[in-house]
Amino acid sequence: MTPTSKRRTPLAPYVILTPAIVLFVLFLALPIGYTVYLAMRRTQVSGLGLGAGARREVFVGFDNFAAALADGELWAGWLRVLGYGALVLVVMLGLALLFALLLDSARVRLSRFSRISIFLPYAVPGVAASLMWGFLYLPSLSPIRAILDVDLLGASTITYSMANVAVWGGTGFNMLVLYTTLRAIPRDYYEAARLDGASELQIALRVKIPILAPAIILTTVFSIIATIQVFTEPTTLRPFTNTISSTWSPLMKVYRDAFVTGDLYSAAATSIVIAAISLVLSFGFLRVVRDRAFGEG
Amino acid sequence: MAAIAPQRRSTRSGIGLAPTALLLLGALYCLFPVSWLLIASSKSPGELFTTPTLAFGTGFLSNVTDLFAYRDGVFWLWMGNTLLYAGGGALLSTAVSAISGYALAKYRFPGRKLIFNLLIGGILVPAVVLAIPQYLLFSKIGLADTYWAVLLPQILHPYSVYLARIYATAAIPDSLLEAGRIDGASEGRLLGRLALPLMVPGLVTIFLFQFVAIWNNFLLPFIMLGDDGKFPLTVGLYTLLAAGANQPSLYNLILTGTLLSIIPLIALFLTMQRYWKTDLSSGAVK
Repeated sequence: MTPTSKRRTPLAPYVILTPAIVLFVLFLALPIGYTVYLAMRRTQVSGLGLGAGARREVFVGFDNFAAALADGELWAGWLRVLGYGALVLVVMLGLALLFALLLDSARVRLSRFSRISIFLPYAVPGVAASLMWGFLYLPSLSPIRAILDVDLLGASTITYSMANVAVWGGTGFNMLVLYTTLRAIPRDYYEAARLDGASELQIALRVKIPILAPAIILTTVFSIIATIQVFTEPTTLRPFTNTISSTWSPLMKVYRDAFVTGDLYSAAATSIVIAAISLVLSFGFLRVVRDRAFGEG
Repeated sequence: MAAIAPQRRSTRSGIGLAPTALLLLGALYCLFPVSWLLIASSKSPGELFTTPTLAFGTGFLSNVTDLFAYRDGVFWLWMGNTLLYAGGGALLSTAVSAISGYALAKYRFPGRKLIFNLLIGGILVPAVVLAIPQYLLFSKIGLADTYWAVLLPQILHPYSVYLARIYATAAIPDSLLEAGRIDGASEGRLLGRLALPLMVPGLVTIFLFQFVAIWNNFLLPFIMLGDDGKFPLTVGLYTLLAAGANQPSLYNLILTGTLLSIIPLIALFLTMQRYWKTDLSSGAVK
């Protein structure tokens, strides 16, 4: 390397990275800092709460977090999302894996049509998907109700109906991730197993699934993060039924606290609790990504 | 071994009936709601509740006319806003991701690892922690309920930076950059004339994923915007539903609006088929 290029290179990357760093500070670091700040404060009312200076913001430390952890409504929300999330993760990722393996086996016909059709819901916004299914669940319009005599928007079925919307919207994307991973494996990789007389099923179970493991972990962690924050589907389905409360999921409660009841401080604390839970769950993900793609560490 | 492989495979093949049937069932499940929506939005308000649920009606054109007349054509506005948010946002986002990915892949400099980890770490921050303080901060500077409030927070996208870095590593040979430097090209010229053109196929993929993500976003505009003239389609449709869920006479508008809101994305999706084949976990572009 010549002396001139040595003097020149150190500056260029910083200049090129400036927009990203500015955006990072303004729209990521600053809001996070502000949330933490808000979560540790509360409005204190003195006297009757009338007149100037009667309401002031005080520092309360971890009180808001303690309140969030003791909040029964929030726990009920966690339990609902836990049941919903387990259902979505198992069915959606199970189907995604099944479809990816089927598409990858040589003996399937019309595979292009199936692949495109199954990926299609990815192009449908969550709001639109919830609207479509919401109408499909309505007794007066539903072709499903003509076959199946169940109230799809009732208290006992709403979790399944909502999970169905998420499974419908998410299977295709996860299938594509797994399928493209499978296609990247050289075909002759399986020949040894074939020559040993392994069946397609055995190859899928013993060779393909182990190779897919990192991709499966990756899609699982992404899905966990998304599921914990479920908001769009229950919010959009709410007008169809009165079985979904305004605090059905933890994020809906954050929204209500912040924008309906106006308690920004507990909203901030609750959102940090949600973030902490997804952080714990997704820490493994970063390690998987780093180990696989950036072995240099 | 390679020579006998095709023969062995052909003796084993033949159509796998069960796998084909399973996949077709999956395709049917995925196409069913969209097909039903197509049928339902073809019915006039009178036909919607009286004709069989799976029979086409005669009211599609009048539904579309009604929708576009609804509140002086606010639906057009939503459509235009969505295009602006998704198109403008994805373009800016792709540009920032491209240059950042290039800098992180092709330079060695103090702080490189730290900056990469910080930018990528953003993947782990749930939107919920950001949306409320972003709204409050935008309010403070008087930008809440403006186009900027929806555009700006969606430009930096950690996963796109991550993908751009992988594309840059794979697509730009170091020797080419060195040759350029020896010829006396400036760093800016190397980026603009040499690096970015080589990254184009990967950047199209980043653009598409960002376009869809912004088009589909509900939470951010829902929190940021109050004036329905600035709504994107997602928030607009939601307010239409919230207003009309108890008025079956509005169902036609909601159904037709939902259909029209997904057609552009499905069209984009079908025409750009080959760019959707990204191996997301290892980053290789096919």
